[in-house]
Amino acid sequence: MAASELDTLKAELLEEVASASDLARLEEVRVGALGKKGRVSALMQRLGAMPPEERRDFGQAVNAVKVAVSDALDAKRETLAREATAARLAAERADVTLPVREGPLAEGRVHPVSQVTDEITEIFADMGFSIAEGPDIETDFNNFTALNIPPEHPARQDHDTFYFAEAQTGRGPVLRTHTSPVQIRTMLANKPPLRIIAPGRVYRCDSDQTHTPMFHQVEGLVIDEETHLGHLKWVLEEFCKAFFEVPEVKMRFRASHFPFTEPSMEVDIGYAKAGDEIRIGEGDQWLEILGCGMVHPNVLKAVDLDPKKYQGFAFGVGIDRLTMLKYGMPDLRAFFSGDLRWLKHYGFPPLSVPTLAGGLS
Amino acid sequence: MKFTLSWLKEHLDTEASVEEIADTLTLIGLEIEEVLDPAKALGEFRVAEVVTAEKHPDADKLQVLQVNTGKETLQVVCGAPNARAGMKGVFAPVGAYVPGIDLTLTKANIRGVESNGMMASERELELSDEHTGIIELPAKSRVGSSAAKALGLDDVVFDVAITPNRPDCLGVRGVARDLAAAGLGKLKKDPVKPVKGAFDNPIPVRLDFDKETKDACPVFAGRLVRGIRNGPSPAWLQARLKAIGLRPINALVDITNYISYDRARPLHVYDADKLTGAVHARLGRTGESFEALDGKTYKVDAEMCVIADDQVVLGLGGVMGGEETGCTEETVNVFIESAYFDPKRTARTGRTLNIVSDARFRFERGIDPQSAEPGIELATAMVLDLCGGEASDVTVAGRAPKSNPPFRFDLRLIGRLSGLSLLHRDILRKLKALGIALEGDGHVRKAAPPSWRPDLSIPADLVEEIVRLTGVDRIPATPLSHLSGVAKPVLTPAQKRARTVRRLLAARGLVEAVTWSFIPESEAALFGGGDAALALDNPISTEMSHMRPSLLPGLISAAKRNRDRGFADGGLFELGNAYRGLEAQDQSAAASGVRFGQSSLAGAGRHWSGAAPEAGWAAVKADAMAALEALGLGQGKVQITREAPDWFHPGRSGAIKLGPKTTLGVFGELHPDTLAKLDADGPMAASRSISAICRPRKPKARPSRPSDASDLQAVRRDFAFLVDADTDAGALIRAASGADRVLISDVSVFDEFTGQGVPEGKKSLAIEVTLQPRDKTLTDEEIDAVAEKVVAGATRPPAARCARPFSGSHSPTN
Repeated sequence: MAASELDTLKAELLEEVASASDLARLEEVRVGALGKKGRVSALMQRLGAMPPEERRDFGQAVNAVKVAVSDALDAKRETLAREATAARLAAERADVTLPVREGPLAEGRVHPVSQVTDEITEIFADMGFSIAEGPDIETDFNNFTALNIPPEHPARQDHDTFYFAEAQTGRGPVLRTHTSPVQIRTMLANKPPLRIIAPGRVYRCDSDQTHTPMFHQVEGLVIDEETHLGHLKWVLEEFCKAFFEVPEVKMRFRASHFPFTEPSMEVDIGYAKAGDEIRIGEGDQWLEILGCGMVHPNVLKAVDLDPKKYQGFAFGVGIDRLTMLKYGMPDLRAFFSGDLRWLKHYGFPPLSVPTLAGGLS
Repeated sequence: MKFTLSWLKEHLDTEASVEEIADTLTLIGLEIEEVLDPAKALGEFRVAEVVTAEKHPDADKLQVLQVNTGKETLQVVCGAPNARAGMKGVFAPVGAYVPGIDLTLTKANIRGVESNGMMASERELELSDEHTGIIELPAKSRVGSSAAKALGLDDVVFDVAITPNRPDCLGVRGVARDLAAAGLGKLKKDPVKPVKGAFDNPIPVRLDFDKETKDACPVFAGRLVRGIRNGPSPAWLQARLKAIGLRPINALVDITNYISYDRARPLHVYDADKLTGAVHARLGRTGESFEALDGKTYKVDAEMCVIADDQVVLGLGGVMGGEETGCTEETVNVFIESAYFDPKRTARTGRTLNIVSDARFRFERGIDPQSAEPGIELATAMVLDLCGGEASDVTVAGRAPKSNPPFRFDLRLIGRLSGLSLLHRDILRKLKALGIALEGDGHVRKAAPPSWRPDLSIPADLVEEIVRLTGVDRIPATPLSHLSGVAKPVLTPAQKRARTVRRLLAARGLVEAVTWSFIPESEAALFGGGDAALALDNPISTEMSHMRPSLLPGLISAAKRNRDRGFADGGLFELGNAYRGLEAQDQSAAASGVRFGQSSLAGAGRHWSGAAPEAGWAAVKADAMAALEALGLGQGKVQITREAPDWFHPGRSGAIKLGPKTTLGVFGELHPDTLAKLDADGPMAASRSISAICRPRKPKARPSRPSDASDLQAVRRDFAFLVDADTDAGALIRAASGADRVLISDVSVFDEFTGQGVPEGKKSLAIEVTLQPRDKTLTDEEIDAVAEKVVAGATRPPAARCARPFSGSHSPTN
């Protein structure tokens, strides 16, 4: 066989490879050329009948064709595969600008009152306060009498108490008007030293622009043998700095009167108003935020603690009010409306757990 | 409690400014509510003289004035008929704010004539409703000087909130004493001089009580002043009363009001000619009534202390006098009453009859028991001074009640309770200024509180006095001792559980709401509550009348409101108490959730990737189970039964139980009747897990045994069973799981099918059983043996009483 024939065969086969339009056709070309009965294989079979001197040269020539065709096949296969992938990918194109579902973590919210209660808990836990609780429906004794508010005391009228229809007035249970009865429960159940805060719902028979018949308070109580007003002042100052997340806070302690503390004080916090925004820690205006004092000896006696030995302080803060101040919410009544627009706007994402290490807000 | 600066200065010798006085009052516990300075409010208004007044060229009713303001002469257009040349009035310049018309004046052009300011009427200054003409000031008023001063309005008014423990500060003198003790001046000496009687008091005073009730009115001083001339009180007295918001009546009544505010000493005056016989203080009798000064008739009862003459009830002691015997301008003989009434009884009477009066306010807080006699002397002196006449002797019936007895006071208590360290000298000076006498020396003294301070009875009370007069700002802030190096955990297991569940439910896309603890009776009844015992006596409204037996009605109502507002799809949850009774143990914490519209874990509402399914039992069951899972009570540990309450859809609800007795929660789609009664639309589904929160056992935070994750490959086998359509999948799972408790690690349901190929009344349930080899790979024989046990277990009663293998074939999936 002449070398020119081999060249022609090579050219034909390479042309077949080049013109194969898909992988199936390419396989046909491969079988037709390099398969057992393929044209190149057929030439190889002729080798055996050749004289040895021709055999070597012819073998080399045929092999060169085989290698050339094989390489072309590989290259073409790769090209076709790439094209096929490209075509598939093109067909699979999606509109990735379509918005995806945000998922439950983005949809869910924690109520601001819960979040702020967690913040308060975090701060006081660091100062060694435990969290105490008591029922909403309280005994008259715990809500009033043990707190040095005997029947007929004028302070009872100031409390706008909710009573129960079937219960005897002045005796029967009431909806607690403050979280202070938790002081009584705590002192009756535990021996000093005591450090607790007690957050929870409280109720007053009062409803207008700025009052709701249900709201939230947190009570604080420290009882031991040495805690005095200086400690109270420190605790409240530290709390306000930590809670409002400001380096300094201006506080004003005013003498006041509560039947269950003596001496008693109300505490104002300094603020500045910038537009509708309230900035704590700046300015020279005052806002009342809490009542506090040294636990009255009569309260200690009511829970069988000797006022000559034990002493301590108590305070009560409105959680809703703190929440409004810190996060700039204008209307208390919206807190209890269950309005998704408000809750989504002011509520907190489920994973934003307040910690001292990571910051409260 | 209101008073003016000049009034205060009658009792207090001070150079302090209005601001200092206000700030000090607030700090010492007499909180300023408002300081009203009329001179400041009217600061821009000046005395001006009308130089000329001519008719406006283009308007009949207007005049063009030339006004001398002291600085310049300005042209002012004025519509007042009384404006005339030579008169002096109140001028408001351009730029001044005129409160009565709520306007800041600008230069104006009135019908072609320029006007630079205005001459004001009383109404424009909000002094009265008078608007027929402009204010005419006395001719001697100095042009250019402050109009407020010329109007006699330069007295600053303080409005102070008095706490209920300080009845002494319901009189100006008490306030002055506190300010003096706080170092803001000196309390003026003001001894009350007795007025000598010119004749015997002809009107006997009787205290008709028995031993048990004599404290209702322990002392009553009375005296007659005859031949007086009642009429309007003098200008200074009227001005003071008006300044604090009281309406002057006549001299006699004004005197009692004045002394009530000046000395916290309520009095009463009777027209003596209208009295019959003696004056009695006694308890009321059923059937008696009287017409009070407020024009209303009140029925009295045997609990109330009344003042009566020999025939009728005249008034209520310490609360309000009667119309019939009150003093008028015709009164010529006046009987003055100065008594002490028991605070508790006075409060009760006032509350029962719903009478609010200055007298009640003072008596129920406790006035100075020693003030009956000085009070009547002061009143007599003023009556003689303002109305003339002749006073009788004073008749005093009974005896003033004792004030608080002296007590031991260890001065070191001040430091112990407050952290202040003060010199004895300063302590003694402050207490003395308050009228508190200290006997003895050294640390321990005997303290005698003054009669006007019923709030001082124990040593801590005196510490409060020292602290408030010293100022809390002088107390050094003292750190609390650290109980441990690193703060210890402080939450109880229940508190931790509540926190976990809250964040978990929020993480499932639910939004936390806080709804009212009280709901309408009808809604409470719908959810198993509404008992009369849990009804409020004085609810804000019928919408808030009963303590809620469940959080669900509040959440469903909130969901409904959101749907009405256009939020058709979503979910809400709440953590809070539900109430079954009045005792503490009947108030239990619960977590509840509601999904409405198209709502599931994946999201809510329509979406290109597929709309959320309608809120159904499965979504809320998943919420409840997830909450329980987070508390260590996963699907494997609890049982699902159909024992859900009847406000749920009976076929699409269930209870989550831990053993036969403990219900951890309930879930389901709401019964259409429930929704209809709450005026809400479905789809809506809800879950509640009470015990999840208050379950007493502490779930283990850390795994208690090592993980049993095996290196050996798990084997999975599928089974399909044809069962009666009402067979619960839960029973099948339990049966399959029980086939081999060691090897079977999980059973899941991957198909529930009815329809083509499945006979009527039947369904096909397909389960996947996972076998986890423990120590060696399982042989085919071992696997087949377990598979046979699964089939046997599933087809044996009671698990799936009518089950039989639908397809015996099982295919390995791995």
